[in-house]
Amino acid sequence: MAHITIASTLPGITGLLESRLDTSEPIRDLTQFILRGPNTLTEGERELIATIVSSGNACVFCTNAHASAAARYGWTREEVDAIVHDPSTAPVSEKVRQLLLIARALQRSVQGVSSEMVEAARSAGATDVEIHDTVLITSLFCLYNRYVDGLASDYPATEDYYEKLADRLTTNGYTRNPSLFPPANGHSNDST
Amino acid sequence: MAHIPVDPTTPGIRSLFNYRPETGAPLTRLAHALLHGESPLTKAERELLATFVSHGNQCKFCTMSHAAAARHHYGADASIVDDVVYNNITDRLSDKMRALLPIAEKVRQGGRIVTDADVQAARDAGAVDRDIHDTVLIAAAFCMYNRYVDGLAALAPTNPDDYIPMGKRMAEQGYGG
Repeated sequence: MAHITIASTLPGITGLLESRLDTSEPIRDLTQFILRGPNTLTEGERELIATIVSSGNACVFCTNAHASAAARYGWTREEVDAIVHDPSTAPVSEKVRQLLLIARALQRSVQGVSSEMVEAARSAGATDVEIHDTVLITSLFCLYNRYVDGLASDYPATEDYYEKLADRLTTNGYTRNPSLFPPANGHSNDST
Repeated sequence: MAHIPVDPTTPGIRSLFNYRPETGAPLTRLAHALLHGESPLTKAERELLATFVSHGNQCKFCTMSHAAAARHHYGADASIVDDVVYNNITDRLSDKMRALLPIAEKVRQGGRIVTDADVQAARDAGAVDRDIHDTVLIAAAFCMYNRYVDGLAALAPTNPDDYIPMGKRMAEQGYGG
C-alpha cells in the first residue's frame, strides 16, 4: 500500500503524478521531449536508457513499463532484458553501448561519469547532444524511480497492465491523458 | 571542464539549461514549483532538504547554491543550515522536519528503503500526506539535478562568496517558473 493517499486508482507513476499537478506538468513535459521529441537517438534507444537505469535502481514498475515500451521498437523482450543485464555484449551499436555504460555508471554514482567514458562514447560516434540527453534521461529516471518507490505506489494487479501501458507510451507518449482521470463528480468513458 | 561545450563563463546547472533550452524550461519550472510553489513545508525547509540531499550526493554546486538560498530564507537563523547539513545538529528544527530528514536520506540512497515506520514517525511528528509527498519528490528531484550537474561536469565555483548573490536571487525570485 502506498505511503500516502493517492486519489487515482491507476498504479505506479500514473496515479502518483495526479497527486500534485503543478510538479507533474513540467515532469511530463520534460519526459515527452527527452523520450519522444526530435532526436538522433531513436525512441527505442532512449527507452533502453530509461530501462537500464530503472533496472539498476531495482524499480520494478519503471523497469517493466520501459522494457515493455523498448520491446516495441525492434528488440524482443528477451533481448531488452539481456541488453539491460549486460550492455557490453548487447545487440546494439557501439555508440549506444557506450551511452548505456554512461547511464549505468551515473545511475550508480552521482560522480560516476569519467572523461574517459565520455571520450569512448564520442569515439564511437556520439554527439554532444546525445551525451547530454543520455545524462539527462538517466538523471530523470533516478527521480522517477525514487518517486515511485519512495512513496511505495501500488503495482499493477496483473502483468498484462504493462502491455497496455506500452500501447499508450508508444502511441500517446508521456503527456497527460485526461480520459484516464475522471473528474470527482463525473464519469469516465475509458476503462483503461 | 564540462564534458560538453557549454558556456564556460556560466556556472553550474544554468550553463546546461542554456545549452538545451527545450529541457532547461521544464527543469526550471519543476524547481520553481517544488521550492517556491505551494507546500506545507516552508521555503526555508524545502531549500534545506535540497541542500541536505545534494550534500549527501556530494554535488558541490547544488550543495553550495541551495545552502546559500536556505541561509537567505533562514535570515538571522542561517546557521541552522550549516548545523543540519555539515554537523548533523538538528535541535533547532521542528519535530516534523527532524522526522522528514531521514526519509529524504533514504530516498537519496534508494526509494525502496523507506519503511512504513519511517512514514509513521513523520505522521506522529505532525506531517501530513503533502509533507511526505513533497519531501520524497524534493529528494528524488535532487537525485536528478545532482546527477545532471555532475554527470556533465558542469562548472562549480570554489569561492563560497560566489554563491551568496546566487542564493539571494534563488530565495527571493525563485527559479523563473
